[in-house]
Amino acid sequence: MAWFRKPKKPLTSDDRRDVPSDVFEKCEGCGEILYREKLSRNLHVCPECGHHFIVPADVYVRILTDEGSFEEMDPGLRSADPLDFTDLKPYRDRVRAAEKKTSRGDALLSGRATLEGVPIALAVMDFAFIGGSMGSVVGEKIARAGRVALSEERPFLIVSASGGARMMEGIYSLMQMAKTSAVLAELHEAGIPFFSILTHPTTGGVTASFAMLGDVNIAEPRALIGFAGPRVIEETIKQELPDGFQRSEFLLEHGMVDRVADRRELRELVVRLLRHMWAPTTPEPAER
Amino acid sequence: MASMPHLEFERDMVEVQEQIEKLLDVAERKGIDVSGELSELRRKLESLRASTYRNLEPMQQVQVARHPRRPYTLDYLDRIFEDFIELHGDRSFRDDAAVVGGWASVNGDSVMVIGHQKGRDMKENLHRNFGMPHPEGYRKALRLMRMAEKFGRPVITFIDTPGAYPGIGAEKRGQAEAIAMNLREMARLRIPLISVVIGEGGSGGALALGVTDRILMLEHAVYSVISPEGCAAILWRSAEHRGKAADALKLTSSDLLRLGVADDVIEEPAGGAHSDWDATAASLRQAILRHLGELRSMDSETRRRARWAKYGQMGAWSDND
Repeated sequence: MAWFRKPKKPLTSDDRRDVPSDVFEKCEGCGEILYREKLSRNLHVCPECGHHFIVPADVYVRILTDEGSFEEMDPGLRSADPLDFTDLKPYRDRVRAAEKKTSRGDALLSGRATLEGVPIALAVMDFAFIGGSMGSVVGEKIARAGRVALSEERPFLIVSASGGARMMEGIYSLMQMAKTSAVLAELHEAGIPFFSILTHPTTGGVTASFAMLGDVNIAEPRALIGFAGPRVIEETIKQELPDGFQRSEFLLEHGMVDRVADRRELRELVVRLLRHMWAPTTPEPAER
Repeated sequence: MASMPHLEFERDMVEVQEQIEKLLDVAERKGIDVSGELSELRRKLESLRASTYRNLEPMQQVQVARHPRRPYTLDYLDRIFEDFIELHGDRSFRDDAAVVGGWASVNGDSVMVIGHQKGRDMKENLHRNFGMPHPEGYRKALRLMRMAEKFGRPVITFIDTPGAYPGIGAEKRGQAEAIAMNLREMARLRIPLISVVIGEGGSGGALALGVTDRILMLEHAVYSVISPEGCAAILWRSAEHRGKAADALKLTSSDLLRLGVADDVIEEPAGGAHSDWDATAASLRQAILRHLGELRSMDSETRRRARWAKYGQMGAWSDND
């Protein structure tokens, strides 16, 4: 019966494909070795298997705005470490290290921009900054961007990637959920569109606040999206989770997101949705 | 005799309590006068209680907040309100017993009361899911809040949960969406809203009943973004360090008052709320009536804008621009 089975040969170090990481990157999805520049041109989606790499915030700025139109807001906001929090290392050091690693002040980049000429407000989370966790700065920047969207009547887009609330800011990080949701309440009443774009991974307090409140919720393929992390659930229910649980396609099936969209088609989808949901902007008069 | 459920640091108090009961028993059987010894022991118990409960460490506060004899939402409902009519279900999936709610009246005024509900024994806890709601619990709460809005009645919520339930069904039915929707919709309501953290304020599962004009806390209640055990497991890599995590998280009522999250802290009896349910409920009733009076004197749009401003300023950041 087993005559067709492949001979079991243990993997040796020769089988590992070590590649110079500044030129090539190995796909976490299919193992294919990809030329970095080509990968970047493909918006960090594997051309072989469609795996979506986790990317820095500015990639979404490139995708969702007109070239050169993005003006960053509030780049100087920094965490004030309100609890003077220290676990195995001080929170201040974690922030400093993350700042160095990402060249960003916190886990969110926000600004004004245009998308096919339509003025928008955009906020993009950066998972590389302490797991994209939401503390006071992330909450405040979202609230400010939301208020700009409100006062300047700009559709609001948030791209999420987050492990949840930043526990090193204690109760303040929890309250950012209420703070961001309250701004979205105002936006909702004002009839201004809000798009939530969920990327891998989006869990915890971010999912349980603004990320689930889009007029339209769009998820990237295979992204992990949920309230509780899979490990917490497994420990609670003492059983293994089914395959595909808490992935974008699972959320689509259960009615929690409107669309699962490939990153390479995201821009066009948002533009088309905006045409339905937002009056076309008439050109600004020359003098004003 | 079997001693009542108690916490480690309560052991001395339980011993004195047992001595008192023994003495009473002896006095009754033999018909002797023990009033001298009895008042001595009672004084001892009182001072022991007062000194212990004045100096609780944060992790001990957490234990008191989770005390198995601590009053729960329905216990306060009985003591603070009259004419409670429980209403059930989210009109979509099922009735979640981890959240209770309905009409009640206080001082002659109708209010909607909603709260997490824990169980007191294993059987009841299985029914109540240890006070950990599923999405339908939050959706029931929102349904009741919208009903209160329709009839212009205030909402009072009682917060007491380890957190929203992390399970397969909860995720399928949108635990995150249910919580998020409550946060947004509570922000929009035009009626007065008061929340009271009566025990455990466990993260997003607590906040989903907590976007309110006033946030009150009982003295020994706690409110935190994550449990000390969960925080220690992640940041200290072992739940054993929960004491350190409880210190670091700043989750006690005095911390929250100082951080500007809690608006008012209601003092508990010397031995904690579980030592005297009626007294705790009476103080809480006073506080609720006072805040309700203040909120009712505002017009609805001013009140709602003040609510937005309250949450809008929460957090701590510096601006290096």
